[in-house]
Amino acid sequence: MNRVVITGMGIYSTIGKNIEEVKNSLYIGRSGIGFDPARKALGFRSGLTGILEMPNLKGEITRRQRVGMAEEADYAYVATVEALKQAKIDNDFLDKNDIGILYGNDSSGKAVCEAYDVLKEKKDTALLGSGAIFQSMNSTITMNLSTIFRLKGINLTISAACASGSHSIGMGYYFIRNGLQEIIICGGGQEINFHSMGSFDGLSAFSVRENEPQKACRPFDRDRDGLVPSGGAATVILESYESAVRRGAPILAEVIGYGFSSNGDHISVPNVDGPAKSLEMAIIDAKIKPSDINYINAHATATPVGDLNEAQAITKVFGLKTPLISSTKSMTGHEMWMGGASEIIYSVLMMQNSFVAPNINFENPDEYSAKLNIAAETVKNHNIDIFLSNSFGFGGTNSTLIVRKI
Amino acid sequence: MEKQEIITKVNDFLIEEFELEESQLVPSAGLKDTLEIDSLDYVDLVVIIEKNFGFKVKGEDFAYIKTLQDFYDYIIKHAKSN
Repeated sequence: MNRVVITGMGIYSTIGKNIEEVKNSLYIGRSGIGFDPARKALGFRSGLTGILEMPNLKGEITRRQRVGMAEEADYAYVATVEALKQAKIDNDFLDKNDIGILYGNDSSGKAVCEAYDVLKEKKDTALLGSGAIFQSMNSTITMNLSTIFRLKGINLTISAACASGSHSIGMGYYFIRNGLQEIIICGGGQEINFHSMGSFDGLSAFSVRENEPQKACRPFDRDRDGLVPSGGAATVILESYESAVRRGAPILAEVIGYGFSSNGDHISVPNVDGPAKSLEMAIIDAKIKPSDINYINAHATATPVGDLNEAQAITKVFGLKTPLISSTKSMTGHEMWMGGASEIIYSVLMMQNSFVAPNINFENPDEYSAKLNIAAETVKNHNIDIFLSNSFGFGGTNSTLIVRKI
Repeated sequence: MEKQEIITKVNDFLIEEFELEESQLVPSAGLKDTLEIDSLDYVDLVVIIEKNFGFKVKGEDFAYIKTLQDFYDYIIKHAKSN
């Protein structure tokens, strides 16, 4: 069995457009949330969203490469360039080696809506253009990045709702651990646009604290009233330890545990046992004790039931003495298909720089979050040797990753 | 639309949309061989022509359009008759 390490990280998010910016935002507890009037004009219950501008890729990659890329693929491209650079993987290496891609994504709503708008107006599919199909598919990120970077290994998209990014790293870990690949580009991408979020808004799951956007996302807080949709992309280069040493690549951390489960229950309401099972499986896989873990990056999105059940699942596994916990979604909003990957990056940054990012807006606990050791403020000089990161999604899909310092 | 106006417009969108260099746009240039316009680019040409000149190219017509001059002539003919 191969050891699996992280040799590169890249990110394009609402709290920073590269690793350095994100590290600084995490440290000071900066929120990336704002208000989008266009959503209200469309009849959204909540106009709150993560705020992120599109990267300009003209001049960076060719027109043929760009036309098939949906919004989330643009984000993923920027994140992946940064990650490959950190991993010291250049074009020559990409050409000569079988590098794979397993990336999380679970929608491409804007591209689908825009193509349909043209079709309604023109009544002619020939006028949709060549890029519409490649933008509209769920695999828009993997199909575009595999073409741009000329990848020759495993190539597929992981769609598992809000656990997509986490499962992509878990799957990459399995592939490398079992010797099927040496290097895999893993990650998660998430579009930020009203096209893709209207139906989710319709479930009344979003916070409506619109007069205070940066205080709206309040994971574990007694007065939380829902999540805030957000997005971007996060890329993690997974590699076998042997390959990383052989190449002289920077080894940032080691993935030591992956747990998963399915609730077998309600489509949108989470439970306690499913997530707890995922946590326990990851801890067993990592061959550690719960008390070895120095930090938990919680899934906690700030929905009333979700946070309550995660708090109970954590208590079930860790008892009443939990490690420091924060939900970085308090700052980023819910990065959904991207979140499981970005939160690994956030946690590795904390591990590298010995701090725990704050769970901002945590002012008053509820009955269950009161049992958790939640970092309401930045905790400085906190050594993290091992952290655990949870991601849970619609359909009851659960993923837990455990990462350690190396 | 005058002939020169059409040629200018075609050149403009080839430079802007297809990111070709002005120096590449000589009438004898082969669309596939020289300008490297591929099968997917033809799909986009249909969209751009409809947007700029108001008529729709039939896909099969591209079989007879080999050079940039052929392309100009085709658009001049159809833009005028449209």
